[in-house]
Amino acid sequence: MIDLQNLTIKEASNLLSSRKVSAVELTEAYLAKIEKYNPSLNAYLTVNKSGAIEQAEKVDKLFSQKAKLSPLAGIPIAFKDMFSTKGVRTTAASKVLENYIPVYDATVVSKLNGQNVINLGKTNQDAWAHGSSGENSDFGPAKNPYDTNRVPGGSSSGSAVSVSADLALAATGTDTGGSIRLPASFCNLVGLKPTYGRVSRYGIIAMASSLDSVGHFTKTVWDNALILNYSAGFDTNDATTSQSKVENYAEGIEKGIKGLKIGLPKEYLDGLDPETKELVKKAAGFLEKLGAKIIDISLPNTEYGVATYYIIQPSEVSSNLARYDGIRFANPRDKFGAEAKRRIILGTYTLSSGYYDAYYLKAMKVRRLIVKDFTDAFEKVDLILAPTSTGPAFKLGEKVDDPLSMYLADVYTVNINIAGVPSLNIPGGFIDNLPVGIQIIGPNFSEKLIYQTAFAFEQETKFYERTPSI
Amino acid sequence: MSYEPVIGLEIHIELATKSKMFCSCSADYFNKDPNTHVCPVCLGLPGAMPVANELAIKLTHLIGLALNCSLPLSSKFDRKNYFYPDLAKGFQISQYDLPFTQKGSIEISINGQNKNIGITRAHLEEDTGKLLHSKVNDKNVTLIDFNRSGVPLIEIVSEPDIKSSEEAKAYAQKIQQIVRYIGASDADMEKGSMRIEPNVSLRKVSKGQASSVRELPSYKVELKNINSFKFAAAAIEYEIKRQSELLDKGETPAQETRGWNETKNQTVSQRSKEEAHDYRYFPEPDLPPFVFNQDYLLELKKELPDLPDQKLKSFKDLGLSDYDAEILSRSKDLAVYAMGAIKAGEKAGITAKKIANEIINKKPDINNILPAKLVAKIYQSAQTSDLSDDELTKAVEEVLNENPKAVTDFKGGKENAFMFLTGQVMKKLGKKAESSRVRKILIEKLK
Repeated sequence: MIDLQNLTIKEASNLLSSRKVSAVELTEAYLAKIEKYNPSLNAYLTVNKSGAIEQAEKVDKLFSQKAKLSPLAGIPIAFKDMFSTKGVRTTAASKVLENYIPVYDATVVSKLNGQNVINLGKTNQDAWAHGSSGENSDFGPAKNPYDTNRVPGGSSSGSAVSVSADLALAATGTDTGGSIRLPASFCNLVGLKPTYGRVSRYGIIAMASSLDSVGHFTKTVWDNALILNYSAGFDTNDATTSQSKVENYAEGIEKGIKGLKIGLPKEYLDGLDPETKELVKKAAGFLEKLGAKIIDISLPNTEYGVATYYIIQPSEVSSNLARYDGIRFANPRDKFGAEAKRRIILGTYTLSSGYYDAYYLKAMKVRRLIVKDFTDAFEKVDLILAPTSTGPAFKLGEKVDDPLSMYLADVYTVNINIAGVPSLNIPGGFIDNLPVGIQIIGPNFSEKLIYQTAFAFEQETKFYERTPSI
Repeated sequence: MSYEPVIGLEIHIELATKSKMFCSCSADYFNKDPNTHVCPVCLGLPGAMPVANELAIKLTHLIGLALNCSLPLSSKFDRKNYFYPDLAKGFQISQYDLPFTQKGSIEISINGQNKNIGITRAHLEEDTGKLLHSKVNDKNVTLIDFNRSGVPLIEIVSEPDIKSSEEAKAYAQKIQQIVRYIGASDADMEKGSMRIEPNVSLRKVSKGQASSVRELPSYKVELKNINSFKFAAAAIEYEIKRQSELLDKGETPAQETRGWNETKNQTVSQRSKEEAHDYRYFPEPDLPPFVFNQDYLLELKKELPDLPDQKLKSFKDLGLSDYDAEILSRSKDLAVYAMGAIKAGEKAGITAKKIANEIINKKPDINNILPAKLVAKIYQSAQTSDLSDDELTKAVEEVLNENPKAVTDFKGGKENAFMFLTGQVMKKLGKKAESSRVRKILIEKLK
């Protein structure tokens, strides 16, 4: 009997293509684990049981016909409940969409389906992706598998939990202000926030359109790069996607980082919790040992990030949520939770005549300054190393009554969304036996270089090998 | 007290593109079954995103050029946020501070007097769905048809340069004519593909005050629900009367939106200023801003067809009267046809005036009779009418003398002989003659 615990996509793919394991066997193993652990972890809102088995049977048939299949064929993955999945309930973890079943697939969903992935189901999250802990879900919070009294981070909470607890080999997410990187940091995962426009947003429920980035969680860097090979690219249905070439991100990933210049921004270290600071410094040490040159840099407008983000983001949220009027689909508006209402009110205010110039327009000006911070920095360095979170996962309920402290959980991630540049969270070590991630930030469309650097770090540290005991 | 009307027009026109403004659904929704021309984008389903229709942008640019507007090199779409059940996304994608075209003017003509009307801007947006109030299972319900949702709509805003209902009508008709010339829309008021919203207010006129320095009145009344030029004129007339009566009493008319009630023949208050929307405009984040280059705009100018004013001038240059030139340039099809016929006529020595008369008076079917054929017809009748009765009689007499046998045969009852004699007369004349006239003279002479 082959052990199907804690596989990576690479390992599972080998087992499938060598036909040591069938797609149905693999899928059933995951469905069994979901059945066992989901009641306590609350990672999935909808389990696509019959659909997943059906897809797996189809893949096995293709394998038996010796069809040429991609490495993703037969790989069981989960989709954040922001992704429209044709025929499969899609709620954004809000009671407003409790019974909404999309009539179409998001571009990323159909791209991955085209590679014959298995859709295990839809994952829990903060409702409408509003939150940093997963606790704003209308269907109860997901739990951190390393300590179920702690949050897994949000908003893509269930996606992180599903991969971390080995209830899926990968999961998609959306990152508007840190919603992939923060939970990846809290759950010891590799989580990508790609360059804005690298991956299509079409069919993914919009939170704040100018900031939303579509990425994914995996256990390893190579697995993560592999998925981007298939999810990235220009989409005729999303006018903000880039026409720039999609590279093979996994190829040459072992190239190494000799001579690479990596910046360490002082604004991200001043005032950082000492233990987390130590962890980041250690990470810099590893990179230096691998041949990179660590250079102190400054991103002077960093301190304005959260304020800027909390003008632009709610403004767009207030407009994007206007369609949920309960007329054509979905429940009436009284089903909106407190956080959504808070953001609708905030955003409506900041866009109102008489206030627009003072808030929205001003925030857009600061946004340009933050973009410039990064452009200037990348004249001096190839990549930037920074903490992803202030520390390890906080306790459930700790910040739930204090929106401002919850907003500040994103202090190290929002500027990256404001600038639009790519960033990858990778496991950076442990504090009190809880995982803490670091992020590698690059210029626009530098995902390949980021993956090469992350891979070198990962091979040196192997933090991903330490899995939670559930 | 005397007042001067201050009128500006907002005109909405649906563009005749194949697909909608932001999705690939067919924009040809008229008389189609409800909700058959819809998709996630125009239904505003979660996650759906707009992609701009490039042809609609081009048509907007062409209309802008025709209205003598400037075409800024950078432009963008904005969200206009408001709630209404026919608005699928809870906002309309429109243009706020950087429209595709702005600051133009057109010339209207009333009783031979020309006047310029300024154009503030012409911007592009999307149409809304349509509410249908009906009964289902004996219950009064409102149904929504989203077929129209997302159809490209251009909004042309005039300066408040219009001073009468007559000018307003002339201006709106000129806009309709221009848009039709470009082929950008059928601009049909009855079908709703063209809609007029006049803004009407009155200002007091005091002697010796230069018109150009007069301030705008402190209020404005917006008129809606108008589906013909006639009603537009009637609604403006009604407002001028209503407002001047209020002003005479020392009252200031309320700033409001009023609808035209065609059964009562009056305007009715719909919405007051207090209920006015704050649309919370902001740049549409799903559509990157546009940057056009000079080359593209120069190419566009080449694509712009001859416009009504140019056609009118070319007809006048050919010596046609203002009246004839105006009629012939009313539609592009007619103007092109008439010009073709005039060119063909020139070669046959037929005057432009003669061809204009034929077209205006006899209204030939321009879709089926080619200009050259029309000219041939005019040529024929011109030739025959030149023939005098004397010439005809002379020819008949000669033929009768030359063919005694046929004459005898005819008198003996042979009908064929008559046909033969007619043919001989025609041959002798050497040109086409009206057979009825030939027959008439033949019969007389054979008696």
